[in-house]
Amino acid sequence: MKAPLSVAVAIAIGLVVLLGYFMPFERLTSLRIVLLDWAVILAAVALLVGIGNLIYVHWRKSVRAQGESVHSVALLVSLFLTLGVVGWFSPTHPYSLWIFNNIQVPIESSLLAILAVLLAYALVRLLRRRMDRFSLVFVATVVIVLIGTAPLLGFDFPILGDLRSWLAEIPAVGGARGILLGIALGIIATGVRILIGADRPYGG
Amino acid sequence: MTTSLIAALVVLAFFILIILFSVFSQRLPAWNFRAIPAFDRLERAVGLAVEAGNRLHLSLGSGDLTGTQSAVAFAGLSMLRRVARATSVSDKPPVATAGEGALAILSQDTLRSASRESGVDFDLMNGRLTGATPFSYAAGALSVIHDEDVGANLLVGSFAAEVALINEAGERAHSLTLAGTDNVPGQAVLFATANETLIGEETFAGGAYLGAGPAHLASLRVQDIFRLGLIFVIVAGALLKLLGVL
Repeated sequence: MKAPLSVAVAIAIGLVVLLGYFMPFERLTSLRIVLLDWAVILAAVALLVGIGNLIYVHWRKSVRAQGESVHSVALLVSLFLTLGVVGWFSPTHPYSLWIFNNIQVPIESSLLAILAVLLAYALVRLLRRRMDRFSLVFVATVVIVLIGTAPLLGFDFPILGDLRSWLAEIPAVGGARGILLGIALGIIATGVRILIGADRPYGG
Repeated sequence: MTTSLIAALVVLAFFILIILFSVFSQRLPAWNFRAIPAFDRLERAVGLAVEAGNRLHLSLGSGDLTGTQSAVAFAGLSMLRRVARATSVSDKPPVATAGEGALAILSQDTLRSASRESGVDFDLMNGRLTGATPFSYAAGALSVIHDEDVGANLLVGSFAAEVALINEAGERAHSLTLAGTDNVPGQAVLFATANETLIGEETFAGGAYLGAGPAHLASLRVQDIFRLGLIFVIVAGALLKLLGVL
């Protein structure tokens, strides 16, 4: 154990927050809320550090002309322009909102639109890559749910609509709950490993 | 109050059993864990990365570290540490991308620790924030896959539909993609787009399958015990309901 102090602090704070959830003592609950507020503030500071890292990485890529360095230059120019506009005017000024509504939102919406095509293509590729019964069930379910949700060329298929409802309400909910139970067990196990110091993602 | 008490007892039981199984791991009979193809392929990819001199990309997603999504990111960090140690002799160390500031810092910390243990220099370029929103994060991760000679992508974190963009980039770059997430719709997308998908709790089992130590094996045993208990409770509840007792 190379950093016993950081490990001890992390474990102690983790245990206090955990106990704050289960024990109805007002002081413990208040302490938990204060510690969680600190965590939120630290996460915001970490975002600033992360942006510093983003600038550093793309600066080095631009200087080295590594890969598509023009993308890095474009990123740095737009980042500093946005920072300048938002910092000079304010985040709610019309200029700042113009950048958000006319650049950020359309680009992210375009990526979302690409996803629809990409997922349809991925479905076909799935059958080519892994033709087993799970893939067939997956593809059949997707097709039934899609046709059952939106009428195809104006034709309505009531049987498919009923089948879609049954699939969405019974097997899909059952499967999702099964997966969520497994994930919940995994989350508890991961949390306990960190609290006993067996896993130290904070580098101790 | 009853729900809170049950939750506290479950967490306490996890604590006790994980500590017991970790301490007495040598004396306990071997527990046969089922083979998960994704981890077999990951081990091969690690070996190949060392031999072929290409790099592994570990994507930690854009989950909030102050919420429940942190657990899957911590599972990803645990796998990053193992992968970084295993590829320490490679010409190209693994690169980790994150969509959250704190996660990016933790990935740097993990890679720095692994580098220190292996006696090699750490480069800040290897742990990075690629974007602060899910789509900007995915868009930033694409350039890593395209430009940095990535042989395999390991995606373990909180992802939604945007993960399809990352997997598509992996497919185009002819690199292997192994992925797991805690997000149910994200898992459906991963099933269709990744080469190997980790379903549900498999995402959290990476440490145990990659030899991260007795605590990881112990936690997997405890999860198995609790899963059996849950199955029993659910089946018994359904039967009692069917019989009209409940």
